[in-house]
Amino acid sequence: MIEGYLRHDGRKGIRNHVAVAYLVECARHVASEIVLPHRDKGAQVIGFPGCFPNPYAQMMMERLCTHPNVGAVLLVSLGCESFNRFALQEAIAASGRPVHSIVIQQAGGTRSSIAEGQAWILEQCAALEAIPRVTMGVEDLIVGTVCGGSDATSGITGNPAVGRVFDRLGAEGAACIFEETGELIGCEQIMAARAVTPELGQEIVRSVDKAADYYATLGFGSFAAGNAEGGLSTIEEKSMGAYAKSGSARINGLIKPGDMPPSGGLYLMDVVPDGEVRYGFPNINDNAEIAEMIASGAHMILFVTGRGSVVGSAISPVIKICANPDTYARLSEDMDVNAGRILSGDSLESVADEIYGLCLAIADGEATKSEALGHAEFILTYKSFEPIGPSCLPVK
Amino acid sequence: MTTLLLLAPEDNILVALGAVSKGANPVSDGSAVDVQEPVVLGHKIARVAIPRGETVIKYGVPIGSAVSDIEAGQHVHIHNMKSDYTPTHSLEETAQGHRKTESGSEGRRS
Repeated sequence: MIEGYLRHDGRKGIRNHVAVAYLVECARHVASEIVLPHRDKGAQVIGFPGCFPNPYAQMMMERLCTHPNVGAVLLVSLGCESFNRFALQEAIAASGRPVHSIVIQQAGGTRSSIAEGQAWILEQCAALEAIPRVTMGVEDLIVGTVCGGSDATSGITGNPAVGRVFDRLGAEGAACIFEETGELIGCEQIMAARAVTPELGQEIVRSVDKAADYYATLGFGSFAAGNAEGGLSTIEEKSMGAYAKSGSARINGLIKPGDMPPSGGLYLMDVVPDGEVRYGFPNINDNAEIAEMIASGAHMILFVTGRGSVVGSAISPVIKICANPDTYARLSEDMDVNAGRILSGDSLESVADEIYGLCLAIADGEATKSEALGHAEFILTYKSFEPIGPSCLPVK
Repeated sequence: MTTLLLLAPEDNILVALGAVSKGANPVSDGSAVDVQEPVVLGHKIARVAIPRGETVIKYGVPIGSAVSDIEAGQHVHIHNMKSDYTPTHSLEETAQGHRKTESGSEGRRS
């Protein structure tokens, strides 16, 4: 049984955060200072650093500020940036959430803005304690998965274990999102065969082809030096390991960042921008992808790591599943699950059971390792997407 | 104790389940392979000879192709295989520096 938070729009959250959103890098320091004394009460910083408008970033900020894990939002603007703070404030207000904007240039500068912001946060934290609690089932959850700092153990232990958890969560009605088409290069035909319709299968193949072209133009694959040191030789090999996270269920749809899964089951997220290569890497680090899955409603993220990532995320808790037993021995204070014990004879099922149980406990309010350590990383950069086509979400 | 994992019956490589030393090593399917060079956890050993240009198979699927003749028992990695998709220049450059230190540290280990 999960005790969640009921929002005015009817969606249910598993956390009750006050998001403090800077709308340009110039406002980030003020936002961070506002949050600092209230971190333990659930205040978190998110934001967009760019001064020039970008429809993707505007949409992402709107989705994140109205995420069910967020109860109230403070916008921090410098005053002269191009971000449309009026549209954002309107969207948040329309969702029934308390929202307030501070414009630093009008508020009298850094110190007065921080004081005004902290006073507002204090009020909201108290008010959020009165938010009605609601019973949630597995079918109310949206769960994302990502792997980062992968090595050759990721594809043998952590990723297949998450695949089994995804099969179970999806069968019980949760929406499960896996992503990063740039790390599924080489798996496109196998994935297409799992699509619920042949047309969706074609869209999946197209999305991976797009990723391969995009990375070829950039001159680098989605492959870091640590991947090779950990025994991975090619993007295809890394891909097959990463692909195991998706489990064995049919793929219900192909979504893009910010698109909500319309029902339970498995969805692939395409995070590679459309059109010509413009704004650089599609995934400049793991947190960019985590933020995109959260924008599509993910309540929590299952993060498989081999080399040893320590990150968490703003808005939604990150459960870290360590694939490599040597890494676990070194970094156990950052890891929620030791999936590397599969290499010394434990079964995939026992690790999958542990992850599944942890998903329910974390949904019910238990803190992840990264939450307890204060991790709340967030990043958002420029991108451009075209809307998904009609074949991407076949009606079941 | 099994030291090398066969992931799929059609694979032509095996995965090290820990530090693997030179010489005969047991494989998860009950066979054994004469390993020619020590490797660490997660790295690949050729199960059979893989001629230059041949596909390297792991999880039962292609993960790239051999760029030189690989003998059974040899380490299979970026020095003797390549991607058939996206070239990984960053990997090549970083890994060259890395291989020097790795061969040094492996020397100490053995």
